[in-house]
Amino acid sequence: MSSATSQAPSVPAPGRTLPPAGQGGRPQTRKKASAAGRKSLGARWKRDRQMVLMMVPGLLFLLLFFYIPILGNVIAFQDYQPFLGILNSDWVGLQNFVDLYFDPDFWVALRNTLVLALWQLLLFFPVPLGLALIVDSLISTRIRRWFQSIVYLPHFLSWVLVIALFQQVLGGAGLVNNELRHLGLDAIPFMTNPDTFPLLATVQLVWKDAGWAMIIFLASLASIDGSLYEAAAADGAGRWRRMWHITLPGLRSIIILLLILRIGDILSVGFEQFLLQHDAVGPGASEVLDTFTYFAGVVGGGWSMGAAAGLAKGVVGAFLIFAANKVAHNLGEPGIFSKKAG
Amino acid sequence: MATQTIVRKPSGPQRAGRRRTGRGSSGLTFNPKRPAWKEPASPLYQAIKAVVLGLITLSIVLPILLVVSTSLADDQQLVQAGGFVLWPTHPTLASYQAIFSGQFMFRALGVSAVVTAVGTVLALFVTITMAYATSRPVLFGRPVLLLVLFTLLFAPGLIPMFLMVKQLGLLDTLWSLILPGIFGAFNFVVMRSFFMNIPQELIESARIDGAGDFKILWKIVLPLSKAVVAVVGLFYAVGFWNAFFNAMLYINDQTKFPVQLVLRNYVVQGGGLADQLGIATTPPPQSMQMAIVVVALLPILLVYPFLQKHFNKGVITGAIKG
Repeated sequence: MSSATSQAPSVPAPGRTLPPAGQGGRPQTRKKASAAGRKSLGARWKRDRQMVLMMVPGLLFLLLFFYIPILGNVIAFQDYQPFLGILNSDWVGLQNFVDLYFDPDFWVALRNTLVLALWQLLLFFPVPLGLALIVDSLISTRIRRWFQSIVYLPHFLSWVLVIALFQQVLGGAGLVNNELRHLGLDAIPFMTNPDTFPLLATVQLVWKDAGWAMIIFLASLASIDGSLYEAAAADGAGRWRRMWHITLPGLRSIIILLLILRIGDILSVGFEQFLLQHDAVGPGASEVLDTFTYFAGVVGGGWSMGAAAGLAKGVVGAFLIFAANKVAHNLGEPGIFSKKAG
Repeated sequence: MATQTIVRKPSGPQRAGRRRTGRGSSGLTFNPKRPAWKEPASPLYQAIKAVVLGLITLSIVLPILLVVSTSLADDQQLVQAGGFVLWPTHPTLASYQAIFSGQFMFRALGVSAVVTAVGTVLALFVTITMAYATSRPVLFGRPVLLLVLFTLLFAPGLIPMFLMVKQLGLLDTLWSLILPGIFGAFNFVVMRSFFMNIPQELIESARIDGAGDFKILWKIVLPLSKAVVAVVGLFYAVGFWNAFFNAMLYINDQTKFPVQLVLRNYVVQGGGLADQLGIATTPPPQSMQMAIVVVALLPILLVYPFLQKHFNKGVITGAIKG
């Protein structure tokens, strides 16, 4: 918002000398008006009614598919029965959360979620950074373009497609195991071994999204002042010294920001990826909080308990993101909300 | 080090070049040639880089090539190669004819196409109007913006969403695949920050000429925003095409399955292909599975160049950086 309003004073305000059809100016007149006393609601409505009308479709969407469903979370405190509906189901207080606490499956799901998040943090997070450094060091524009076109592509493939491709290559009847059998070796159950599943899942994520995640680092790299490198080179700094003293400090902001955001979002490790491999690997390794909600609630018919799990995750997750944003602010980084709002 | 002269010479143009691309654009296109201050590339690093980039490229290109080739390969070559081929020697469309010989796959393709087309148009409408209406300080602009941004922080959850869709009577209709996806906060943010950078003077002068906000949006703002509309539209389209879970959740009727759900049921889960597709004679199941994969993949490959063209313009990164 600030950038829009800050432009205002530089433009001469047309003010009230407008012809009637003009309905008064936009932000400019508002600025002026607020100095002389705020415009009345009626005048603003008259001026802005078309804009307000434009908000209606979006607001309708938010109401139907965001805010009312949020209220629907009250079934987490009920013994919800579909045939009774929300209005007639019995209230049970925190019973569903107590049940959740004593449900071993829930703890398995929570553990898997945290384990996968840790793997993602250790294995996924550094890859785009490394890739961006390599790509940034490429001199040939043509190679850069080609490489970028190729590594961004998997981001746009659906998880179903990604898993299908992995199956064709690494699955039991896939390319690699076919070759192994040809050579008289035993097949390796890449896709079905629960013990190695976190590694497999992280590799899948790297394959799909590491290239795309690189884009934000590349943008930051491009905004580092080139004369810094030049001066350092003139002073005799080699390529590693330049990377250590210029590149990495230049990326510090964005690295901290992304890291904090990732930690704030630690309860979300992905959903479709794990749902799709639920049968092949078994819930012991692939059940995460989101799939637990689905299987307990929709498949198992435990609507209230599923909603309780979803609500607990949502509230803790929102709190974590909020806290992470605070930490980012305290470290002097812009954080996510101030940015998106600005 | 007294290298003043050496440094000075390249400094002007190089600096300008780097700066220019650093602004706005995501910097994906700078660096026409090696800056003078950079030491010549060491062969070792060059080799390591080449190997790393080559392996990454292969890991992405090979599986796709493998799937496309195998779907096109004829029986004989498949049997000889043991199930997979990297290049079809006698390309044939037999497996495509097979999967499309029943009604099932045709319908799935139709469902996906309708959902993608209708969904993208509606999504663009809702996103553009909302983004424009909150891009300037207007009545209710601030609270509405906060209502939108709150969606970034919290999700209503899967079960309440299901109950809502059910309550609206959308279960087992294509609307259940369309309506919940017609507004995305991220796309909204991208669109809005683009609108906010449009010079106010343009809008102001149109107002003086008596244009209302609808007219301004349609005649002035949108023609200036073709790039961002294209990118956001393609993002929505890819999202609708790729969605599978909402179909699994909301659709029971097999005739309303989208392609992704078919892919999941008959390739990932390995369901009985021939029975379900209503096909009498079958080519090897492998190449039919591959053909389904290709049907899901092809539209993405086709729109990807258009999508990719816009990455260089910094439409996306510009918004991310605020």
